[in-house]
Amino acid sequence: MIRRRITVTRVILAIILLGGLVITVRRFALGLGAVTNLSDSTPWGLWVGFDVISGVALASGGFTMAFLAHISGDHQLRPLARPAILTALIGYLLVVMSLIYDLGLPWHMLNVVLNPNIHSVMFEVAWCVMLYTMVLFLEFLPSVFERFRAERWRRWLHAAAVPLYVLGIVLSTLHQSSLGSLYLIAPGKLHPLWYTEMLPLMFFLSALVIGMAMVMVEASLSARFLQHRLPMDALARLGQYLLFVVLLYVAFRVQDLTYRGVWDRVLDGSYESTFFVVENLLFLIALPILLHPGWRRRPATLISAGYLLVIAVVMHRLDVTFVGMRRATGAAYVPTLEEFWISLFLVTCGALVFGLAARTLPVFERGDGHAHDDAHADAGGAGRHRLA
Amino acid sequence: MTRGRAIATTDSPRRRGLLFDLTRCIGCRSCMHGCRHANDLPIPAPDATPPEELDGDNFTAVLPHEDDDAGTVYFRRLCMHCADPACVSACPVHALAKRDDGAVVYDRDLCIGCRYCFVACPFHVPTYTWTRTAPVVRKCFLCAHRLDAGQIPGCAAACPTGATVFGPRDVLLHLAREQIAAHPDRYVDHILGEHEAGGTDVLMIASIPFADLGIWTDVIERPLPELTWMVQEKIPYVIGTGGLLLGGLYWVINRRMRLGREGGEES
Repeated sequence: MIRRRITVTRVILAIILLGGLVITVRRFALGLGAVTNLSDSTPWGLWVGFDVISGVALASGGFTMAFLAHISGDHQLRPLARPAILTALIGYLLVVMSLIYDLGLPWHMLNVVLNPNIHSVMFEVAWCVMLYTMVLFLEFLPSVFERFRAERWRRWLHAAAVPLYVLGIVLSTLHQSSLGSLYLIAPGKLHPLWYTEMLPLMFFLSALVIGMAMVMVEASLSARFLQHRLPMDALARLGQYLLFVVLLYVAFRVQDLTYRGVWDRVLDGSYESTFFVVENLLFLIALPILLHPGWRRRPATLISAGYLLVIAVVMHRLDVTFVGMRRATGAAYVPTLEEFWISLFLVTCGALVFGLAARTLPVFERGDGHAHDDAHADAGGAGRHRLA
Repeated sequence: MTRGRAIATTDSPRRRGLLFDLTRCIGCRSCMHGCRHANDLPIPAPDATPPEELDGDNFTAVLPHEDDDAGTVYFRRLCMHCADPACVSACPVHALAKRDDGAVVYDRDLCIGCRYCFVACPFHVPTYTWTRTAPVVRKCFLCAHRLDAGQIPGCAAACPTGATVFGPRDVLLHLAREQIAAHPDRYVDHILGEHEAGGTDVLMIASIPFADLGIWTDVIERPLPELTWMVQEKIPYVIGTGGLLLGGLYWVINRRMRLGREGGEES
């Protein structure tokens, strides 16, 4: 099935992977200082800002779709749930990988379990990420059981499906918001455009936004690269939910700026205000696309709204980690080539694993593990794909 | 003005700290030297340029500030040993801890290297040995090992002018108030560390406003750990309420759909 031809794509992939391995060796043999531009004034760089803090957000489609398709029972969205859960699982595994690169003493990681400090937001993030990765694994396992026709195992896990989804959603609510809470302890450092007591809520809402937006982006990517049909009915329906959370996010943003009286800073022309305006404009540009019923049903417009919102939320995360902290730390930080390369390397690994899983496991074929008890919901047509 | 006022006694009686009087500092950097000796840090060549920031080999730094009126003012950077340290609350593994005697200490065997303490510290104190393969956090530990041996911190022992003195925090606070009251012309009526970040065990008094030094300007008076604990303490409720709510939602919706299906089949 997989033809062994040398193509441009494969050569590029090989270069990314080989380079990644070389940098990995350098990272662990020579230390963080040898491959990164991290410093005492910029202790958190690209690997935390993008790979971890944005990465967790990018993987939030898993719990968002679990809620919409399985808890609130919107069966139209079922075909989107399983790929989203696979993406989330791979995403969280990448986050754990990134942490191993980024932590100074990763071999002490188990201390988070052995000697936890419940006062630390980092404790909450670490525990939730750890537990949720396990939950995602269990949520995804039915696909594996289906593939190997382990019917009895699949039924066992099916009995635990709803509690698992609930647990996954609760854990995600906690750590998605606590990525924002991390910065609550730095009121003098994070610029007032971003520092608000609402940080946890803003991070949670934007996680919902990027979760759904990523599902759209992924659907378009797998339509292109894995030759699937775009499940447009389900995506348009998802667009309605997305519209709702974007409106909620914007409403809270406006209220927060008003309540704290910092509107004058939004347009004061400073370095921070520029980034803040661009970041929030991205949300606003996506709004009319989602509002317009015709545009919401057209793949090209809906998917571009998805891309816009993904960029908007990633930018929000990077603005908090870098732009908003820059004035306090007084140092400009530009990641090294090695830092970019490792991020690219990890994302590439994730994409390859996703492609492999999508080709070998029934990820796209059916709605999900317990679709059989309401198979009629799937028979609507939205969820059928042909595999490449 | 403040002379004779009762000394606050709510603090832990054993809490010690340092009082640094900027007006007495002549910039000789003896404290830096004393610190290096006390902590087995590398001794730089005599003609080396003094560091401009804290780093892994300098737990304290004496820095000059050119003031329009007061001329050259020297100030010290070092861990302020907060009463309720942000770094200690931020550390997920108790690698940082506040001792009863005031010292904020570090255990490298527990540290995972997440560097959240760097983000949390309002005084930009922690430093990291970035070039090592097993990097650790480096900062002033109030010479905890010397305190255990009944000695005073290296910097205070080395200071020739009495600019840095060591003692119980309440006594130091009293001393600082007396100094300011006795010489209102020489001091700004502000003890840095009395209230900043919920109070610190290192206190400073100066002839110019600390804001003029360009650092420590954004430190709030509230203890920083409260800001995250406000959210953290709600975790059990989120788990309980969230779990029940989601479970209930699923039950209601699922039941209605099942009834709807059954009803549909009947008709």
